[in-house]
Amino acid sequence: MSGISNGPPETETSAPETAASSGQAATEAVRRWEHFPHGADIGLRGFGRTQDEAFEAIAIAATAVLTPPGNVRPNEAVAIEVTGPDPELLLVNWLNAIIYEMATRAMIFGHYRVQIDGWHLKGEAFGEPLDKMRHEPAVEMKGATLTALKVARTGDGKWVAQCVVDV
Amino acid sequence: MDPARLTRVNDTEWRIEPVGAMRVPAILYADEATIQDMDDKVYEQAANVATLPGIVRASYAMPDAHWGYGFPIGGVAAFDAEADGIVSAGGVGFDISCGVRTMLTNIEPARIRERQRELADAFLEKVPAGVGSQSGISLSDSELDAMLAGGAEWAIRSGWGDIRDLERIEERGRMLGGNPGFISERAHTRQRREMGTLGSGNHYLEVQEVTEIFDPVTAEGFGLSPHRIVVTIHCGSRGLGHQVGSEFLTEMAAAAPGQGIVLPDRELACARINSPLGERYLGAMWAAINCALANREIIGHFAREVFSGIFPDAELDLLYDVSHNTCKKERHVVDGVDRALFVHRKGATRAFGPGHPDLPEALRDFGQPVLIGGSMGTGSHILAGTATSEEKAFSSACHGAGRRMSRHQAYKTWKGRQVVDELAARGILVRSHSSRGIAEEAPGAYKDVDAVVDAAEQAGLARKVARLVPLVCIKG
Repeated sequence: MSGISNGPPETETSAPETAASSGQAATEAVRRWEHFPHGADIGLRGFGRTQDEAFEAIAIAATAVLTPPGNVRPNEAVAIEVTGPDPELLLVNWLNAIIYEMATRAMIFGHYRVQIDGWHLKGEAFGEPLDKMRHEPAVEMKGATLTALKVARTGDGKWVAQCVVDV
Repeated sequence: MDPARLTRVNDTEWRIEPVGAMRVPAILYADEATIQDMDDKVYEQAANVATLPGIVRASYAMPDAHWGYGFPIGGVAAFDAEADGIVSAGGVGFDISCGVRTMLTNIEPARIRERQRELADAFLEKVPAGVGSQSGISLSDSELDAMLAGGAEWAIRSGWGDIRDLERIEERGRMLGGNPGFISERAHTRQRREMGTLGSGNHYLEVQEVTEIFDPVTAEGFGLSPHRIVVTIHCGSRGLGHQVGSEFLTEMAAAAPGQGIVLPDRELACARINSPLGERYLGAMWAAINCALANREIIGHFAREVFSGIFPDAELDLLYDVSHNTCKKERHVVDGVDRALFVHRKGATRAFGPGHPDLPEALRDFGQPVLIGGSMGTGSHILAGTATSEEKAFSSACHGAGRRMSRHQAYKTWKGRQVVDELAARGILVRSHSSRGIAEEAPGAYKDVDAVVDAAEQAGLARKVARLVPLVCIKG
């Protein structure tokens, strides 16, 4: 895949996550995410049957920068709404909004719901107050970059959303 | 990177000749071994920067250059506003004005070692570090605006710092041109409770001991002697800088085509300096520089409080405070003509040579201190700007060791506890709220900082003055 390091494959990949394990109702989708290496920082990649699902999956990959997503209790919902002039910048704005809400609310999110309509995204992030002892967050995300930024359909008709976050 | 792809000028200078859309060459400063070890992305990114409008002389990569965002980290590039030049949010980075300050102490190493554990614990308690940390300082909107206009000067007026520090800080502690009016409400909100915090990742506070002196005359001028204990702080503009960087990066990416700027890669997002967007970014970014200067001044004040709580006779004098993620308007002589240029340094340290008028009188004969962080196990360096650094790369030098291993790989390789124990056995006490964070920052995850500074010295970017090793390390 373009923009990815030449090094040996090295990814952290989610176990298939089902609706039951995510604590949310609705879809039974098997969502997946992974991290890919980028020098000092971290690449995030989310897959889904739809663009919405790929955006939900990459958000879980963002959580995994901080803590294993399974550690986060989806006790509170925070509404997030963003726009972007194209799908890629919409993705960057979505991730930046998550980073912003986590930082300013001192919360950590582990589950996400996304509805995209054109260049407009309405989402929800589910989480709880950051607990340093339990979540043991490793490193904060400064922002989503335009590096390795991609929102596209893959050959098998699925969607992939990816970018590098600066930590 | 294969050195055969480059034109070898000498042992430490390599060129990418201008081809295609490149307006100027790219110049890489490193020895052959370092070039071989360098990411191929540095080649691509240094060449891409050379295509940007208004670039002057060359696109430069420092010896610690690695894959960044549009610009390589360790990249230096200067642009002329009068030649329709650009300013780039990616060329500054997300942690605007991230930098290093070193403070000289008067406490002997034997006394530090006697109280080393107590000192480490006191620093961890006093200096908020890690994800989600807050200092207890909470600023109103008007106080935030005053901070964004006043920088370290504001911190000192507010009771955190010492007025004597100002002449030892870049821009004398206050970046002129910082415009709080260009800072968004979200950036305000993100910073409200983050003043005086270290952050996470590669940010740190260390108590260090001088173990080697390479240039005795300059070392004496800097107040460095063998076994001198110093405190070094590495951090930046916190959430405010990250928010400013994020907002302008996406705005510039969307606006560039409308400004007639052809980007070989979207991540080079930039705006004409002489455009409303360019001017707005400069005002916001310079205000964010003030945020970083204020933040480091406050943490420096905390360091003085920690030291005086344990050693009542302690005095901490600032050696210097220098940033490595900035774009500043500076005067440089190009082909015999003195010009005002907007110099981007992304992961590169300003390195003014001896005699530069911006240096405080006490340092002017020696050149600007260049503070280079290594990893917590391998040590750090203090260098001095040289007479040749102006001509080489607009008075710039490297900024650190650079990672050789991703965070994920480091986390899989080491456990935080193991790293702490191994370093403790070597007399280095590490404190952090995150065991995973320590594993990700393990010394083995970083390149050899000694090789980087050797290359910087051989290339004439800066000269080595002293090497330091940590005794206490607070990791963010």
